[in-house]
Amino acid sequence: MWNSPAEFFAMGGYALYVWCSFGVCALVFLIEPLAVRARHKAIIRRLQREAMAEQFDQKGGK
Amino acid sequence: MSNVNNLASSRVTNWFKFSSPSTFYPLAGKMIPWFWALSIIFGVAGLWISFFVAPVDAVQGQGYRIIFIHVPVSWMSMFIYLVMAAWAGLGLVFNTRLSAMMAQALAPIGAWMAFLSLWTGAFWGKPMWGAWWVWDARLTSELILLFLYLGFIALQASIDNARRADKAGAILALVGVVNVPIIYFSVKWWNTLHQGASVSLTKAPAMAQTMLWGMLLMALCLWMYSIAVGLMRVRAIILEREAHTDWVKQLNEVKY
Repeated sequence: MWNSPAEFFAMGGYALYVWCSFGVCALVFLIEPLAVRARHKAIIRRLQREAMAEQFDQKGGK
Repeated sequence: MSNVNNLASSRVTNWFKFSSPSTFYPLAGKMIPWFWALSIIFGVAGLWISFFVAPVDAVQGQGYRIIFIHVPVSWMSMFIYLVMAAWAGLGLVFNTRLSAMMAQALAPIGAWMAFLSLWTGAFWGKPMWGAWWVWDARLTSELILLFLYLGFIALQASIDNARRADKAGAILALVGVVNVPIIYFSVKWWNTLHQGASVSLTKAPAMAQTMLWGMLLMALCLWMYSIAVGLMRVRAIILEREAHTDWVKQLNEVKY
């Protein structure tokens, strides 16, 4: 169907519309999981710091 | 707290066992990679059909290929809303913490799907209709869906007490359900610029088999993606909201 990569990327003159649609979708589907992973890591770090602080308190109190 | 819940629910039925965040957290962690794998497999197959197998359209040329992303994101925006409202409703009825967290985890995914539906629709409408946007019944009701998602997220964020936020959000989500059939049937009920349903349950699909397969595979890809991201987000929400509990403090990734 496509004779050359250039023809594929040109999308029969609809390149702007096709690639802006698929491109922005790809971007969203990439960024969202990364943002969620960052949120998960942030809460883990917070909990680790709290656990550390608690242990420090217990040791220091004795 | 969670131990008490576990004991109480194990006597009733096993189903409620997984409604406890402490049991669901590790289970969700194990399921996530599988849903990612399925999503990638369906996505590669779907994109292959979309760009290399499906023939060029007689009227719209290559520009019609936007259908392979536009229709699946639109389906998902409506479907996720129904699932989110169902979880929120379950949380309201059974007062289970996890159901409300599931609804909360799904809302941003649904909002993104609604946004992408409007975005890809604009980039399809411009070359075919000559306008990025028209105040057509289908487009307007989809925009309302996006606002319902954003309203749900904003309402929950604005209430400090998590349980009260869950209840208020659930009521908003359930009232908003009425919008989903309006979107779906808008092309029948009103004279819209937007074309009618591409795929219908009652009559043979009005399109080539390959196109149907492309859309179905892309929809499956997004479905698996939504589950994967939903589980990832619900895990973060569980830790945030259960931070004070013993089971969270006993988690290996948290222990110091």
